[in-house]
Amino acid sequence: MRGVLALYQSTIGKKVVMAVTGLMLVGFILGHMAGNLKIYQGAEKYDAYAAGLRELGKPLLGHYQAIWLARLGLLAAVGLHIWSALSLTSASRKARGTGYKKFDDVSMSYASRTMRWGGVILLAFIVYHLLHLTVGTVHREFEYGAVYQNVVLAFQRWPVSVVYIVANLALAMHLYHGIWSMTQTLSLTNNTILRVRRPLAAGIALVVLAGNISIPLSVMLGVISL
Amino acid sequence: MNLTLHVWRQAGPNDKGRFEKYEARDISEHASFLEMLDILNEELVEKGQEPIAFEHDCREGICGSCGMVINGVPHSKQKAITSCQLHMRSFKDGDEIWIEPFRATAFPVLKDLVVDRSAFDRIIQKGGYVSVRTGNAVDANATPIPKTDADAAFDAATCIGCGACVAACPNASAMLFTSAKVSHLGLLPQGQPERYKRVEAMVAQMDQEGFGSCTNHGACQNACPKSISIEYIARMNRDLMKAKLLGSKDD
Repeated sequence: MRGVLALYQSTIGKKVVMAVTGLMLVGFILGHMAGNLKIYQGAEKYDAYAAGLRELGKPLLGHYQAIWLARLGLLAAVGLHIWSALSLTSASRKARGTGYKKFDDVSMSYASRTMRWGGVILLAFIVYHLLHLTVGTVHREFEYGAVYQNVVLAFQRWPVSVVYIVANLALAMHLYHGIWSMTQTLSLTNNTILRVRRPLAAGIALVVLAGNISIPLSVMLGVISL
Repeated sequence: MNLTLHVWRQAGPNDKGRFEKYEARDISEHASFLEMLDILNEELVEKGQEPIAFEHDCREGICGSCGMVINGVPHSKQKAITSCQLHMRSFKDGDEIWIEPFRATAFPVLKDLVVDRSAFDRIIQKGGYVSVRTGNAVDANATPIPKTDADAAFDAATCIGCGACVAACPNASAMLFTSAKVSHLGLLPQGQPERYKRVEAMVAQMDQEGFGSCTNHGACQNACPKSISIEYIARMNRDLMKAKLLGSKDD
């Protein structure tokens, strides 16, 4: 533990925290997407999957216990991810001081340049998404437990679908630079990883993008309906 | 050719500084960028004005003195050269050129385009060395070094400490410089006894100097006149994690 705190003192340590928490969140995002693709199996199976999540770990854990443990873990990961980002960003602003009159940033990718604001957009989206499909306060026809119906009715409103699609584009870019960046920060750079890390980052970002936006698109195109 | 220059002028560390516009007339395309500035300076001196201060020494791309930001890129957009190796043939008649000093809090401007890069010296002082017993010079190649390690160490050692990596980084981070210096010695057998102490001390000094953090854009390796790879940054991260988390210590 002392080692972790000593490492966290340095800018590199804060990057390591960002990379490790980012990796946890990538794992969650992949699981979240894979689970939600069960919507294509119909209302019954999808609702049963959602109900099953609440009973996860039975009989060792009780109703909602596993899910709350996971939520606390994710909250901690997101919290540390944001805290490190804020601390590094403010240090970096100070490190530049007077800016350039002309600054050519074409050597950087669009994804890497938009990490910070992209992160802010994702945070705003996560808050909306939780209020929308988990708590239901910003969903007009929300019904607890009727997950399939909640999703379909939500995405039948095109502005809602547009918000989800735009947020997922931001997520894909954040993942593309984030996953690549994680291999660099955690020094996962043997010859094989060096060769595959760009395509790997792009691949995960595209899979998540395709899987997630397929749902609002399917609802709007009528592939999925009540 | 004739050019319009916008040059950062700053009388001293405490002056606010401003851009001044100059016309450079009849510049030969064979002139180097610094020679173009020399010609302009001669004109300024003749007119009784203060010449533009810029740092330079070897003018052959190995001393690392001549850093300046040319049209938004340290050492200009040309790949793998220093400002002194830039020739006027890469510009067209009538071009406008913006010339600015390297910008970083850790590199305060001394005058015009000259910045104080002592922060790099202090990072080197913390660990950019190997301790050896004095006496007769050791025979060359007395210690066998695997070819790949020797090559990787040599690539890192080509760093001339010009500071273009800091200037190009949107976070004004010195990770490429520090990692090149850490790796150059850390890859060689002679550097092993102080390997972990070195990375801890040099990174601590780098942070203390007020350089920013790495966001893995890769702008530094694109600006580096020696094309040093950001793979050295990953290597330094690994050595620091080993030292801090696994308690790897030097013998």
